[in-house]
Amino acid sequence: MTRRSLLAFLALLLAKPLSVLAAWNEQAFGAKTAADALKGIDASAPAPSKDIAIDAPQIAENGAVVPIEISSSVPGTTAIAVVIEKNPFPLAARFEFKEGALPFVKLNVKMAETSDVRVVAFAGGKQFTATREIKVTIGGCGG
Amino acid sequence: MAGPMKMRATAQGGTTEVRVLMTHPMTTAQMKDQPLHFIQNVVVKQNGKTVIEAEISQAVSRNPVFSFRLKGGAKGDKIEVSWLDNKGESNTIETAVA
Repeated sequence: MTRRSLLAFLALLLAKPLSVLAAWNEQAFGAKTAADALKGIDASAPAPSKDIAIDAPQIAENGAVVPIEISSSVPGTTAIAVVIEKNPFPLAARFEFKEGALPFVKLNVKMAETSDVRVVAFAGGKQFTATREIKVTIGGCGG
Repeated sequence: MAGPMKMRATAQGGTTEVRVLMTHPMTTAQMKDQPLHFIQNVVVKQNGKTVIEAEISQAVSRNPVFSFRLKGGAKGDKIEVSWLDNKGESNTIETAVA
């Protein structure tokens, strides 16, 4: 190995953690429809599943803070995505669970209006989904 | 703008529950007179090993709070959570499992 290639290799090693941390799916997060958002995360046609639990209030008085708790009991779940179908940008978050993490997350999201919240679980190269309607009294995206 | 973080990690019945709070405006493209400013990446590490990688959007509420669950875990295990936003600002917090 020449000195130059060694240096290039070392530079690559140093640069890698940064680029990994900065990975952000601009296409999917920039999508303005739920269908485009699902396409962007490679989940165009997820199969309905009863093994995804979505715990959220039926009515959210304040759309700026809507608590949602999600867990997947689909065997081998490696990732969970949250799509709020009627938000201006429907894709809210995508969590990747590696060895050592349970497919569970609780988070607060903003909702512009009453909408179905779709959760997609990724397991073994397949996609599964469940939805839950949350009614919003006051939207939480503007201000 | 990007303020302090708070985190609590507790071991219970074979899992570790991690609850983390980030101080961040999380402004959206819909807000008037405020630049778009939101966290994009969140990484959770258990004893130095990455266990959760999240990409999030402006739809996450202001001052985000997340709960995660990790397998195993004993008192003293190190949990680290870091975030990076669309302006390149970042923050990290580390705590020991209680």
